[in-house]
Amino acid sequence: MGSRGPATGAAAVAINSKPLLSRVADSVYWMSRYMERAENVARFLAVTLHLRIDLPYGNVDVWQPLIDTSGDAEVFRERYGQATPENVIQFLAFDSQNSNSILSCVRASRENARSVRETISSEMWEGVNSFHLMINSAAAKTLPDSLPEFFQQVRRMCHLFQGVTDATMSHAEAWQFIRLGRELERADKTTRLLDVKYFLLLPSTSDVGTPFDDIQWSAVLKSVSGFEMYRKRHGRIVPARIVDFLLLDNEFPRAVRYCLGSADEALHLITGTRPGTFSYACEQRIGLLRSELDYARIEPILAGGLHEFLDGLQVRMNRIDECILEDFFAWRATGSAAGA
Amino acid sequence: MQFSRYEPENFFDEMFEGPGLPRSHVRLLLEIIQSLSDGQLLRYKHSAERLLLEMGITFNVYGDSAGTERIFPFDLIPRIIPPAEWEWLERGLRQRIHALNAFIDDIYHDQKILKDGVIPSEVILSAASYRPQCKGLNPPWRVWCHVTGTDLVRDRNGQYYVLEDNLRVPSGVSYVLENREVLKRIFPKVFEGLSVRPVNDYPGRLLEMLESIAPARAVNPNVVVLTPGIYNSAYFEHSFLAQQMGVQLVEGRDLVVTGSGVFMRTTKGLERVDVIYRRIDDDFLDPEAFRPDSLLGVPGLMAAYQAGHVSLANAPGNGIADDKVIYAYVPDMIRYYEGEEPVLANVPTYLCWRDSDRAYVLEHLDELVVKAANESGGYGMLIGPHSTEAQRTEFAAKIRAQPRNYIAQPTLALSRVPTIVEDHFEGRHVDLRPYVLCGKDIYVLPGGLTRVAMRKGSLVVNSSQGGGSKDTWVLADRQLGQQQWQ
Repeated sequence: MGSRGPATGAAAVAINSKPLLSRVADSVYWMSRYMERAENVARFLAVTLHLRIDLPYGNVDVWQPLIDTSGDAEVFRERYGQATPENVIQFLAFDSQNSNSILSCVRASRENARSVRETISSEMWEGVNSFHLMINSAAAKTLPDSLPEFFQQVRRMCHLFQGVTDATMSHAEAWQFIRLGRELERADKTTRLLDVKYFLLLPSTSDVGTPFDDIQWSAVLKSVSGFEMYRKRHGRIVPARIVDFLLLDNEFPRAVRYCLGSADEALHLITGTRPGTFSYACEQRIGLLRSELDYARIEPILAGGLHEFLDGLQVRMNRIDECILEDFFAWRATGSAAGA
Repeated sequence: MQFSRYEPENFFDEMFEGPGLPRSHVRLLLEIIQSLSDGQLLRYKHSAERLLLEMGITFNVYGDSAGTERIFPFDLIPRIIPPAEWEWLERGLRQRIHALNAFIDDIYHDQKILKDGVIPSEVILSAASYRPQCKGLNPPWRVWCHVTGTDLVRDRNGQYYVLEDNLRVPSGVSYVLENREVLKRIFPKVFEGLSVRPVNDYPGRLLEMLESIAPARAVNPNVVVLTPGIYNSAYFEHSFLAQQMGVQLVEGRDLVVTGSGVFMRTTKGLERVDVIYRRIDDDFLDPEAFRPDSLLGVPGLMAAYQAGHVSLANAPGNGIADDKVIYAYVPDMIRYYEGEEPVLANVPTYLCWRDSDRAYVLEHLDELVVKAANESGGYGMLIGPHSTEAQRTEFAAKIRAQPRNYIAQPTLALSRVPTIVEDHFEGRHVDLRPYVLCGKDIYVLPGGLTRVAMRKGSLVVNSSQGGGSKDTWVLADRQLGQQQWQ
């Protein structure tokens, strides 16, 4: 099952259930993206808390990079100033004004779920609703000591939600939109993490191969729950291999290539277009990107500059997201214009 | 928790004939409740509240900008209706719905009842809910009231009255189903030894009814539920019913009307809609036909409906029979259309547009309940015995300015049911809202929603005004049950 491509999978089977409202597709897609985002933020924070204990002299700033990864560094600087542990945790976990904090993500996921309760299963709704109740009470009273436990709980709730989604909802069109949202969010988060960490640890491409900090690189892998799987695949901690693993692996579920492959498959199941061909703009774009990664090697990427490569990836993934909006959800805009 | 100190006081109590004298059909239930260990009932109550919150069974509070969701308070002690009593109620409801449908159909066609002088024409034509757009329409089976939630109350003697018909967009049925579900999950023991008629086939019946009214050309009719959106106070119910029926929940912006019908916007383009169970009031249904400022509705929907491209439940225009002045004539309608005496009585009603009635009402404001003719949900209401001088002055002025818009009724001492208050039982006033489905056939859901005025002494049961609810049991006739088994 290692190789993927037009010949594999049952992707040619068109979905035969009832048609899906554009508004509903939009909502389940974002319900899923926000849920995935909450999990990623919780994981990044948990790993950073750990890292602080493992780094003996405390001379490495582990908190600012976290803010940089979030993509909201500008907002953070304005509102909080210094990246102290307290500030960063407050901003990324509990700040209701930060639309990407765990609290806001769970709220947004739940709000989207609430608008499509008739589409998702009761178990999913109860999952996201209980999660929301848990976060609200945690935001009011979580003590610094219990933070690792809290982040663990958030991750467990997210995993539970995904498991329940897989086990209780028909894998029809709405479910494929849920999968699509999750995969694109994952790919986005892995590229961001890689960009910030790599940039930080190896400021210029000529530093590749110089001595590095095992602990920090292990933390990068742990940030995507990839440490154990990396060990099985590549053994020793080697930065180039780690980058290879997180970008180009075709079995690890948080590797960018894997995520895009899965997103591509979801998209073809939604449209009914034959795998390897396209009928929508988003299919073409994701197909191009996917095959590029399918046939890529890590050495030329590193030689050409990882940052530049990741930047390009981000731009193209954003375009894919915009195309999904235009291809499937855009009816909504027309609708509100007509209603106004 | 024991009933030994429970005091029915000077009210009709649904469970007790007098202090320490339970009615025969509730004895088994009381034994089960009293056999619980100390504090157990309160633990159940706590679990039920947590469950409701986790299940997200909430309603939105209007006028709260944060979009606050609250659970609808649920009391664990059920309200029980014996089989013979229910059979009689059901007969009364069927008769009433049948007559109301005949009336609405008549009003939008020949208006025989007006020509025969049974109801004065000016009462109809002055009603805000009269819709000239509906003249001459023939909805399938000539049915206009597809889903009705009739409000029934009992007075001090236990006599039942119809308080309101609620023909437009009645809500609350989801709580009937969820209350039963919660009670079964939390306190299954309470059902032991009793056969309570199930309520969970309601969504199936509703779907069947909706499919039965589809336009003739539709082979596999596409039914949808139309909601104003997630900020509506009954949103939970809209989504619950759509989910339970397995149909799409749509908002106005999801629908588009073309020359050939009504369509929903899907990821694959436009998809035809045949039947809309709309939970939006007439006024907001279609900005082209009704209120032009409505953003919730679907432009052109009425035209598509008039052309027979789509069926709507409930039928627009049926609110004419919901007007509180016209309500007063329902017993006459039953005699006129059915040729029978009404089974269920109306609450005696004073119509303020009649000079003699108005004079009486103005003199007795402190005893009467005054209601605006075209409001629901407990809004626009004065409860005389609980009112202040200032409120009465305000209502007197309103009545004089717009007599057609007001009616008054005696304040009924509503019946009570024991309810958990802190750590003991106290009587609380209740009403009963049974649900009636009417398509090709009439179906009455056994039981209905029992709403409870949770505040001591209060007579207002509306959820928007601090009311709660109870599970409502209709006991099965055992002999009938045995016959079915044989």
